[in-house]
Amino acid sequence: MSKNIITPTKEFEDVLTPGYKDLVANGPYNRSAPGTVDDLGSFREITEPHPHCAGCGVSLGIRLGLASLPSPENTIIIGTPGCAYFALTQSALCYSCTAFGNQNSVATGLKRMLKIRHPGKVKDVLVMVGDGGVADIGLDYTLHSWFRGENIATVMLDNEVYGNTGGQESGMTVEGKVLNMAPTGKKFPKIPVFEMAKVAGCAYAVRTTVASPKKFGTAVRRAVLIAREVGPTYVQVYTPCPTNLKFSPGKTLEAAKDVEKTYYQYEEYMTEEASAYLSRIGELKEAK
Amino acid sequence: MISEKYRILPGPEGFVPVTAALMGVVLPDEGGAFVEGGIIPENDALGMIAEKLASAKRPAVCPGPLLMWQWNGGAGPKAAAVRELAAACGAKIYPMPDYRAKSPRINPEIEISVNHPNITIQHNGIDVCVFVGVHSHYANFALRMIRAGTGCYTICLSDYAASDEAMISLRDVDAAKIGAITAKVKSISKGGV
Repeated sequence: MSKNIITPTKEFEDVLTPGYKDLVANGPYNRSAPGTVDDLGSFREITEPHPHCAGCGVSLGIRLGLASLPSPENTIIIGTPGCAYFALTQSALCYSCTAFGNQNSVATGLKRMLKIRHPGKVKDVLVMVGDGGVADIGLDYTLHSWFRGENIATVMLDNEVYGNTGGQESGMTVEGKVLNMAPTGKKFPKIPVFEMAKVAGCAYAVRTTVASPKKFGTAVRRAVLIAREVGPTYVQVYTPCPTNLKFSPGKTLEAAKDVEKTYYQYEEYMTEEASAYLSRIGELKEAK
Repeated sequence: MISEKYRILPGPEGFVPVTAALMGVVLPDEGGAFVEGGIIPENDALGMIAEKLASAKRPAVCPGPLLMWQWNGGAGPKAAAVRELAAACGAKIYPMPDYRAKSPRINPEIEISVNHPNITIQHNGIDVCVFVGVHSHYANFALRMIRAGTGCYTICLSDYAASDEAMISLRDVDAAKIGAITAKVKSISKGGV
């Protein structure tokens, strides 16, 4: 979008409410340098209490992800019902909520339309949804968008449960986990979406947790950049849910750190083409 | 039942009023204006709007995103015209910069939200409000909500095809048409109707 769209007309500048004045002055689109997790920004949407439960890992994941976008004013976030939907109120960016699960199909259409409508301009489409949206209800749409090689980045905020509907198991819940709505425990293993992404055509895939904010921030940034030029990308971040996984809201990062030692170890996958692209644009020097 | 006599009048009409379109209300063609469910010549409607605004106790102007932001070259001149109209009729301005749900809530003293516009209308005792620069689908939604829950008289100055949920609505509104309303308001204020 043009920055004019976030420039108030001078006739109504004086009646803009403080929140909007702050958004115009300090919002995500007027930064001179690209966003990083070192600087979340000071605008209301980022700093005010989030609409999630206390200690919500998804909320933290949304903030870190949004702060890492390379070009927020040219980004459309695609959401789907669930806890991750609240990226709408936390983002102050273009946001489209789809029917449950078809987010990657909508993202496909938007990306193709934006390429036609704005030839030669960068327009990023970022899918930011929960594990139910990617791994269960939207798995087929997600996989097919990867098979087709669509230029979209997909971020799964994996809280391993359907959090806002009472705690049903999702495909990403670990085997044996007992939840409010899964009293006898889950009967099959966590769906290996990260591994599936690698074989389904993603040029870049990362598995990390919110306990490693810099790694996650770098992953989101690279995923969006690579999706522009090379192909589909996928970031899977563990965002633990205190309400349904039954731990104290103050121990979210602890819970995330714990799984980093076992099944959520950091892993970054990149095709040669994606690596060459990042080198070319000077983004690979941050790699560890 | 579809009725040709259905009129769009100040409410409160009830919790969920039937949409005007469903009741058989149609929008005017070029040169026409929409008044309480019927169609009259545009010039007559300009005068009616001016009368409503000049006689209102607590008029309000609610500019939407199309006027709040410099999204195109026409926004500035139109915004200036709206500002002049608000000054002429002594209307307070309640901005609607976007349509997001506000967390935790809006401040009805200084702003209006498309998601619950009746809060601002009721909180401030607004008896006549003007929607301008609000995208049609959101304007219709908000205006119907005002009609449902308040007795406010609603006016919509539309860029395109007018709004059938407002009590008076003009179509193809530009800065010149807004200026014409302002001139009529000033004339009424000076010499009476």
